[in-house]
Amino acid sequence: MNIAGLVHVVGALIFAPFLLGLINRTKAIFAGRTGPPLFQAYFDLLKLLRKGAVYSRTTTWVFRAGPVVSLAAIVTSLFLVPFGAQPAPLEFEGDLILFAGLLALARFFTVIAALDTGSSFEGMGASREVQFSALAEPPLLLGLATLAPLTGSLSLSGMLAGISGGTWLRAGPALALACAALLVVFLTENARIPVDDPNTHLELTMIHEVMVLDHGGPDLAFIFYGAALKLWVLGAVLIGILAPPQTGLFWDATLRLSGMAALAVLTGIIESTTARLRLVHVPQFLAGAGVLSVLALLLVLR
Amino acid sequence: MILFLAAAAILCAGGLSALVASRSARVASCLGAGSAIVGCVLGFIAAARALAGHTEFLRLAWDVPYGSFNLGLDPLSAFFLLPVFGLGALGAVYGSRYLLAFREKKSLGPPWFFYNLLVAAMALVVAARNGVLFLVAWEAMSLASFFLVTFENEREDVREAGWTYLVAAHLGNAFLLALFLLLGNGADSLDFDQFPHPAKSGVLFLLALVGFGTKAGFMPLHVWLPEAHPAAPSHVSALMSGVMIKTGIYGLLRTLTFLGDPPPWWGWTLIAIGITSGVLGVLFALAQHDLKRLLAYHSVENIGIIALGLGIGLLGLSYGSPALVVLGFAGGLLHVINHAMFKGLLFLGAGAVVHATGTREIDRLGGLLKKMPLTGFTFLVGAAAIAGLPPLNGFVSEFLIFLGAYRGVAAKGAGLIVPAAAAISGLALIGGLAVACFTKAFGVVFLGEPRTEDAARAKEPGLAMRIPMALLAAGCFGIGILSPWAISFLGGVIGILAPFDPGVALSNASRSLSSFTTGAAVLAVLIGLFAALRRALLAGRSVEAAVTWDCGYARPAASMQYTASSFAQPLTDLFGLLLRTARHVAPPSGLFPSHASLATETPDLCREQVFQPVFRSVDWGLSKVRWLQTGHVHLYVLYIALTLVVLLAWEIA
Repeated sequence: MNIAGLVHVVGALIFAPFLLGLINRTKAIFAGRTGPPLFQAYFDLLKLLRKGAVYSRTTTWVFRAGPVVSLAAIVTSLFLVPFGAQPAPLEFEGDLILFAGLLALARFFTVIAALDTGSSFEGMGASREVQFSALAEPPLLLGLATLAPLTGSLSLSGMLAGISGGTWLRAGPALALACAALLVVFLTENARIPVDDPNTHLELTMIHEVMVLDHGGPDLAFIFYGAALKLWVLGAVLIGILAPPQTGLFWDATLRLSGMAALAVLTGIIESTTARLRLVHVPQFLAGAGVLSVLALLLVLR
Repeated sequence: MILFLAAAAILCAGGLSALVASRSARVASCLGAGSAIVGCVLGFIAAARALAGHTEFLRLAWDVPYGSFNLGLDPLSAFFLLPVFGLGALGAVYGSRYLLAFREKKSLGPPWFFYNLLVAAMALVVAARNGVLFLVAWEAMSLASFFLVTFENEREDVREAGWTYLVAAHLGNAFLLALFLLLGNGADSLDFDQFPHPAKSGVLFLLALVGFGTKAGFMPLHVWLPEAHPAAPSHVSALMSGVMIKTGIYGLLRTLTFLGDPPPWWGWTLIAIGITSGVLGVLFALAQHDLKRLLAYHSVENIGIIALGLGIGLLGLSYGSPALVVLGFAGGLLHVINHAMFKGLLFLGAGAVVHATGTREIDRLGGLLKKMPLTGFTFLVGAAAIAGLPPLNGFVSEFLIFLGAYRGVAAKGAGLIVPAAAAISGLALIGGLAVACFTKAFGVVFLGEPRTEDAARAKEPGLAMRIPMALLAAGCFGIGILSPWAISFLGGVIGILAPFDPGVALSNASRSLSSFTTGAAVLAVLIGLFAALRRALLAGRSVEAAVTWDCGYARPAASMQYTASSFAQPLTDLFGLLLRTARHVAPPSGLFPSHASLATETPDLCREQVFQPVFRSVDWGLSKVRWLQTGHVHLYVLYIALTLVVLLAWEIA
């Protein structure tokens, strides 16, 4: 295990909720509002952690295990993602498959915890979640596959460290297409517009939010925190491709952190300027991402 | 070899004595299950010894043209014997309790006779080293499983399923007969070691693909599988789905060892078959309402994943890439074992559900986790494993296949990149859809509120049924966590399939897997940590029980819950063109609607669109020569005599 890489894990654990603050502030500016404080997500988490809980009589241990396993899986996935030229704590050939697997594990437990309530709303959200994430799986794994021939590496750390300015000059279009595909995955997996709307207040239109309707107290805090970390971890992969490192440790870290902030702002801009897709059109959006990743791979082949 | 023969002898003798003792259900069960367990344990030891490098052969004369009683236990055979005997024994333990439910209506001698015969025949198939012996064992396997499928033959659908199975099995056999005759063309006997170097290896490969693919359940040859597997008693479904279809994979692999260097199109074909079987298998599974039928379609999916692995391995052989060969074959082979474990587990779990509630309809169940905690937990483990989630065994084999595909993409070369990229996207989609399918199966059956009285009254089954499920669930964890060690046993097997020593590439894969186990350990520690944190936070605070949030609705009822059909509907609609789900709707009408209903069914696409038209036209064609068939014996004797005369004339000319 690479101990120095743990710095990124700790950094992510601390800064991840801040990204939510940035997104919401961007959206507030676009809407002409003041918006909540930048650190609102931290306040929310602290408030929830101090509360008790209410459980439905229908639920079993699965409902209680859901948030715990999901959060643990997402934190474990942090161990696989490098930051800058610094390799991740866990680096091995094919770690990107484990990365995707851990996200799938988190989703699996969120979904069965939702089904455990016996609520139609949560069933509906769960049904949408599994549909969209199943379709988001190919663009994620194919998009990352584009990096394999470019960098000659099969680990996330190796792939992201192998990309340089030169790689962008050589295979810019392919990388750009792969990034576009991964951005779609990023928006989908993090329940963002145009796929899902984190601010909606109508159960019938929700996807991710409706699955966690019955959770409260520390469980909900785990879920919110997990969501923030998932935003960070997928963002870190995307920024890792977009902002190639190797300019010295200090600059690397600055570049990456500002990249993450820029990604949060970009998410806020996308959420402010685009309308949400109709649910029946989301699969086309995701299939489009799949096609982009195929194109990226074809360009690398050339 | 003595152990192996003893195992086979005990299985046969035990089966026969169960048949003789049919009169008493208890005695027949004891004899049948007892001998199956003892035989399987002995056989398992023999297989484990052979896998560890203790290769053995036995050659006895046999008075059949081209035949000899020629057995061999090399690592490849031994590897496939492990699930045969392992799941065979666990299935027998489970069956000893499960079948007792039928003792009022049925004699239990025959099912135990055929069960033991099935296990023995599968073992013989895998150990046979002579074409005639292989085909005889193959036929015995097909027939024994046919009689097990038709165990509840008073039901129309079961008889129908049995016939479909019998026809499909024999059509497959016809291809195998041709395959072995061509393989042994010019040799004195059909002994495997006397096959001359084949001339048209492409034709032989295709024959093997169809013949063995029918048994394995490659799409579109799978049509018998979703009919036959659900119809059988659950421990037999587990054995058929978990092990018997793998004899098809074994046959294909064994044939490949006779055929020499594979051209690239073999690998491409297998990858194409793998993606089709995998994606369509899981899609059709999503559309099912019958729990066992859903599991049967998942067998098609998993056979697809195995085919993907083998395809990548073959491409590695064609393009001279040891890493690809080892990763592809290791992933495919490990998935054979893994699928035997989790599919066995899931079928046994489904059997426990049927046993407790009397229905296989997913939408009539619900809330079973509270009534059947162990069955529910083990089913969850199986569901997570089949969905390829870390840290369970299903993830490990898919990981190896994925890694092989990524290596293919990184290798640069269109012949490799295109199929490898297709394999990656196929596997990714299969994984995502499998998560959808098993959250549905587990969620609707075990979570929420019971939807019917039967589901509300369910009880945990007896100890004999629970122990095999618990052991298999432990195995799913075990192989996942011990994977770096587990794949070291694959070296000998891959050594038979590839002309080089797989040691280096295997130890590379093993290194990746040991990092993966570190990741699994991190995950386990974190789960423990967060669970402890949650407990500490909630200690001393108010933790209340209430009803599920229902938007203020006053009278929630169990029937309002999301059903399996509604859960899967977005996906089945999206792929509606392939699935062609039929909807029968009686909409509510009038001011005070009294009755409304919605039923959907998804018949098999290949069965409806390919096989039924073909068989109907065959039927039509044959009905034209119906006049030959009069029912008078003397006419039949005349036909025989005429045929002999014609043959004699042909011989003379």
